[in-house]
Amino acid sequence: MNLRRDVFQAIADPTRRAILLLVAAQSLTAGAIAANFDTARPTVSKHLQILTECELLEQEQNGREIHYHINAKKMKEVADFIEPFRKMWDDRFNKLETIMKKYKTKK
Amino acid sequence: MEQKTKISAEDGKQEIVITREFDLPLELLFKAYVEPEIVEQWMGTKVLKLESKKHGSYQFETSDAKGNVVFRANGVIHEFSPNRTITRTFEMENTPFGIQLEFLEFEKLTDDTSRLNMHTVYRSVAQRDQILQLPFAQGINMAHNRLQDIVSKLR
Repeated sequence: MNLRRDVFQAIADPTRRAILLLVAAQSLTAGAIAANFDTARPTVSKHLQILTECELLEQEQNGREIHYHINAKKMKEVADFIEPFRKMWDDRFNKLETIMKKYKTKK
Repeated sequence: MEQKTKISAEDGKQEIVITREFDLPLELLFKAYVEPEIVEQWMGTKVLKLESKKHGSYQFETSDAKGNVVFRANGVIHEFSPNRTITRTFEMENTPFGIQLEFLEFEKLTDDTSRLNMHTVYRSVAQRDQILQLPFAQGINMAHNRLQDIVSKLR
């Protein structure tokens, strides 16, 4: 199963947020990332998979090792955790505006 | 491009302020908050009850395609001053998010433009931060799908 992951769902998890912070400082291998957590290695791998699928992390082959690094462009989209909330209201208000403009011309 | 909807949420405070300027006369903006059929359209929810008066109350409900209720909210109106102010509580039913207090201020800018100032006070800082992150949580409210649409357009 390879569902397209939702980026906001991805960063809702505290461990995944911690991974992003860690990798933001420098690119790391999966092993080096896992060493920072008490969580079991497969669990960390799962988190890395999710973050990679939603494009917050990118993989880079370095010889025999795979390094993970931050996808800055994608991170920027979600950097501000208030942004989805703001967008939700912006979307509603845009709708309100459109509806009322029609209402005005109807009268 | 300047953002039309601005949000201010200072660290460590239990409140947020949302400000929006509308390309609409004040009366039309206010009407969009008072007429149930109009509220339904832009909020994307069914309005079961909306008594726009002091001591009045309101109730919203959203169902999914199968008819299951996925979101229900209610509140009481404490202050209702046409084209100026609505002060009301807001509570999402069956959630741990508590009751919030909303101060809505409507302001005329020109004959054709107006501004809404929405000041929301939560019970605690933690609760506020939780609600700000709500759109992150899968399936909690209907905003999510819309968010997803927006995000997918960014890609």
